[in-house]
This record gives sequence, structure tokens and C-alpha cells, in this order.
Amino acid sequence: MTDAAPASTGEGVAAPSEPGTPQAPEPGTPQAPERRADELAFPTRESYHDLVASYKAAGFEMLADLTGVDYLSHPGRALPPGIQAERFEVVANLLSLSLRRRARVRVQVPEDDPVVDTLWDLYPGAEAMEREVFDLLGVRFDGHPDLTRILMPEDWEGHPLRKDYGVGRVPVQFKEAPGPR
Amino acid sequence: MTDGFDASSTDLVGGVRRAPRAPVAETSEGAQELATRSATPPEELAREVGAAVLRIPEGGVAGAGDIDVERPSDETMIINMGPQHPSTHGVLRLMLELDGETVLRTKPVIGYLHTGMEKTAEELTYVQGATNVTRMDYLSPLNNELVFSLATEALLGVELPPRATWIRMLFSELQRISSHLMWMATNGMDLGSTSMMIYGFREREMVLAFFEKTTGLRMNHNYIRPGGVAADLPDGWEDDIAVICDTVLERTYEYDELLTGQPIFRERTVGVGSLGAEEAIALSLTGPILRSTGVAWDLRRTMPYLDYAKLDFDVIVGTYGDNFDRYAVRLNEIRESIGLVRQIAERMPPGDYRVQDRKVTPPPRARIDESMEALIHHFKIFTEGFRVPEGEAYVAIESPRGEIGCYLVSDGTSKPYRMHIRGPSFVNLQALPTLLRGGLIADAIATISSVDPVMGEVDR
Repeated sequence: MTDAAPASTGEGVAAPSEPGTPQAPEPGTPQAPERRADELAFPTRESYHDLVASYKAAGFEMLADLTGVDYLSHPGRALPPGIQAERFEVVANLLSLSLRRRARVRVQVPEDDPVVDTLWDLYPGAEAMEREVFDLLGVRFDGHPDLTRILMPEDWEGHPLRKDYGVGRVPVQFKEAPGPR
Repeated sequence: MTDGFDASSTDLVGGVRRAPRAPVAETSEGAQELATRSATPPEELAREVGAAVLRIPEGGVAGAGDIDVERPSDETMIINMGPQHPSTHGVLRLMLELDGETVLRTKPVIGYLHTGMEKTAEELTYVQGATNVTRMDYLSPLNNELVFSLATEALLGVELPPRATWIRMLFSELQRISSHLMWMATNGMDLGSTSMMIYGFREREMVLAFFEKTTGLRMNHNYIRPGGVAADLPDGWEDDIAVICDTVLERTYEYDELLTGQPIFRERTVGVGSLGAEEAIALSLTGPILRSTGVAWDLRRTMPYLDYAKLDFDVIVGTYGDNFDRYAVRLNEIRESIGLVRQIAERMPPGDYRVQDRKVTPPPRARIDESMEALIHHFKIFTEGFRVPEGEAYVAIESPRGEIGCYLVSDGTSKPYRMHIRGPSFVNLQALPTLLRGGLIADAIATISSVDPVMGEVDR
């Protein structure tokens, strides 16, 4: 899928995330001067851990953020050739304090086997973030030392940030509300 | 004896009403809790006692053999602190394993304030989104709005008028002052200095009064919105700012007398809960905690956003990463922020306070009466919202607690497909097991406070 941006406001502005060339920041994109495009990488599930390890070796000392997206109802997103879009995507935002750069690693995780390698052995700070992704999206992290729920109660069923998770509604109670007696 | 909340579990024995059986299992968080030593596998125990940082090339960390896995369970005690402990700053629950008064292991159990705000954000338009994120870190709501707005604008590709940018910087810095003052207040209270609490709240109130004057609200302003800010600065704002700056700056020197040089305060904070730079980076800590370890990492300086590159300020760093350094960093950041506020007030550019793009910001009220298009635009913005081009963006700014990031995925509609906030408190809480290990239980309170967690942001 190419840039099918709705032409209401954006004048076809290439957000730094629209990956024409995955490994390098796009040159000459019209964007605010203070905001440099983050480096983007799309590894396969097998090469994900190795790629992050090579980033760490290249000076990305910190895992700034790790999150996940459920692309169930928005499948047609731009990905580099060779990478097949899957339902889940785990997004790791790496930060280099020495180079003052950010890199974003986006790995596809299939729905029928939502498992991906943990980054905890590279970045101990990944612990709580991976637990959050597991809790809210149901993606499991292979090798994580303590993969339990973190925000939801332990006996909760389902993973709330999945798109097919019912939002639920609270019945507005007026007459039916039990009285104080 | 309390009245039974569940009538079926109360028994009437001989006409005497007994208290209901305590529903122990219902309050359990299961595997999220800290298990006893005997119930914990050795590698897990090693991790909780410190092996998580063993792979950091840092001297003085215990080797695997030093960890006393075999220690009998009856020598140690697991106590539960929270979620309704007055000094845990909200509903933070900590489980601590103690040997006498020494803390051996710590595990934060969080989620008691989880309200699914990231899920809620998927149901709100970008116009409404700022009202949602502002409630996360309720001590610096303007920074939450700012990062959400910046992420939205990064996808939209709109260019802000300079005045909007500078008003945002002004409020971001005022917010930093008020947030750090609030932290000074609560930290003082945790250390037994109740006068500091009164003073901190008093000064913070001045800043909040200015917020109320400009935004209409003391907290959760919804003032910084995609496309600019909600309103221009009120008449006479320079005078208000000058009074705030002069008063707060003068008062910080009173805090020096009250706390910085005071022997009891120093005794409680110097060398307590110290942390190394490598550990801090490995645990993804940001903000004053990271800077207190000596790492000069401040996004305002290192990866400038807004117009911070045009301003003159110092990045405050500590040396030892202990409670005192974290205190000193925050106190001096108040002074730096005052300097920034003065510079911003001096150089505030004239012009629009929001972008004049009718697709993003509503038209002026007066135009609605005379222009059909203005009426349509106004109606469209507040019913449908504006559409944001497809794509994803991660924007991070420096909040008083560290790097607050917003990861936004748009599918081309007027609602975010996914909105994730990287809350600095959420990540910084991971430092607690490391900070508390080997310390005294009495110092634990001060150390928790020095991390400055805001549970609204931790649980989101």
C-alpha cells in the first residue's frame, strides 16, 4: 500500500514513519525542523533479537519504549518488501545517548503464534514494558523472567487492547439501580 | 465487628452474628505478588535479589554465588505496603521482604488505577484526545497534552506559529516548576518535614492560579491542543509571571535553609538509595533519576523540541545518584526553569496562538455568525474531528519525571488507531527493587518518594 493519505489536511506530508526506505531516515521530507526522522527497521521474528543486539552494540544504550499494536482492522499498512504484515506488531523504540538518535524496530507477530523473543537480556528495563504488552495485547515474550499481568488483575480474561476485545458498556442505571435498603 | 458486606457468608451462631470470613483469595494478585523464598525458583530469586543488574559491567554488584538462596524462610518476612499506604503517592503497592529492618527484595504491584486510557483514546477523536491524556500524569498534565499534540502534528505535518510554540514552552516550564514543588512538598512530608509540605503547596498554588487564569482550570487543562493552544495569554500575564518567578526563586533559597543544609535531612538522604549510571541506563530510567547519576541527558538539550535550542539553560546533574542528588537536581531544575520562564516571557513573539488552518483549529467565534464556511468548519471539527494521514510517529519530550513519549498510529481516520503513552513513572518504578535493596525499611519511604511516581501515569 502506498501513501493513501486522506487529502484533507496533510498535503501529502510524508510522516517520518512511512517507510519508503526502512533502514535510513528519509532525506528531504517536509517536516518540522526540530524533528528528525527516526531510523526504522523491520526485522523478521527470527532476526529481531539479533538486530536489536546489533543496535545495542552500535551505541543504542537504552530501550526507551516498547509497545505493541494490534493491526486487526487496519491491515494495509506500508511495510518494506519481504516483510509480511501480521496481526500484531511489537514496536521497540531504541535510544542512543551517545549518538543522540532514535531507532524504531517493528517486528511482525502472527496471530496464531503470538510469541517473540524478549529483549530483557539486552535491556533489563524491558521487563515492565514487555509485561504490559503481554497483559494488554497477549503477545508472549520468550525468555522473559516474569511474564505475568501487570496492569490488569491476575484472573482477568482477555487482553483489552486487542481490537476484537469488546469495549463493554456500563448500563446506565436509573430506575434499576438498587436502593440503599 | 463490621457489618457483613456479603450476607450469605455471615453465620448466625446462637443468635450472635459473626463477622464474615475474610475473602483472602479475592484480594490476591496471584503471580504478580512477591512469593516466599521457598516458593521462588532459584534463578528468579537471584534476579530479584540483584542478578538483573549483574550483566551490567559495574563493580560492587553481588555475584551469583553471593546470593543466599538457601536462607530459611522463617528468618525473613514479607510485608505488604499499600496500595493504600499514605506515603506511596497514590495506589502503589509494594511487597517487601525484610530481614529485621533490612530490605532484601522488593516487588511493585501496580495496576490499581488502571482505567484503560490507551483503549479509551482509540474511541476519541484527536480533538478530544487531549482531554484524555491530560489525566494521566495529573501533576504535569500540560506535558501530557504537549506530547500528544506534538505527535498528532508530526503526522499532520502542520507548522505552528511561533507564538504557539513559545506559549507551549512557557507552560511546560511553569508545569515543571509546579510539579517539582509538589514533589518537594511530598518528599518533605515523607521525611518528616511537614513545614516543607505546606511551603511546597503554597508556592505551587501560585503557579496553578496562573494556569487557572489562562486555561480556566487548575489541573487537567486541555489547553495545549493539536494545532496550538486553546487561548491566548491573558492581559497582564507578564506581571503574573514576574511575581511567580521572583517569589519562587526567593523561596528556593529558603528551602536551602530548611532542608539542604539541615543535618537531619542530610542524614536521611545522603548515600541512601544510590544508583549507578549504567544501572540507570540499563533500566531505561530517565529524568531527574538518570541525571542524578551524572548522565547529562535532558531531551530539551540533547534532542531539542519546540524552540528549546534557542534558550539558554543548564542541565543539572548529580554525582552519586542517591536521594540527596535527586533532591538537589529537582531543586536546581526549579531555578533553571525560572530562568527559562523569564527568557520566554522576554522573547515571547507576537502573532497567532494557534495555526490558522480551518481543518485543524476552529474558526474564531465571531466568524461563525457571518460565514457559512466557518460554521461548517466549526461543526465538522467538533463532531467528526479532523482526519490525520496514515502513518505512525513516536515523539518524546522531557516531562518533570523523565521522557514522556507518545506513539501514535493513524489509519487515516479522525481517531487514533493506537495511542501509547510511554509514561516515565511507569518505567522509573523499575528502579525501586534496585534502589531499596539492602537499605532500611525506614529509608524505603524516602526512596520511593525520590523516584516521584505518579500512579495515574503508571497505570494509565
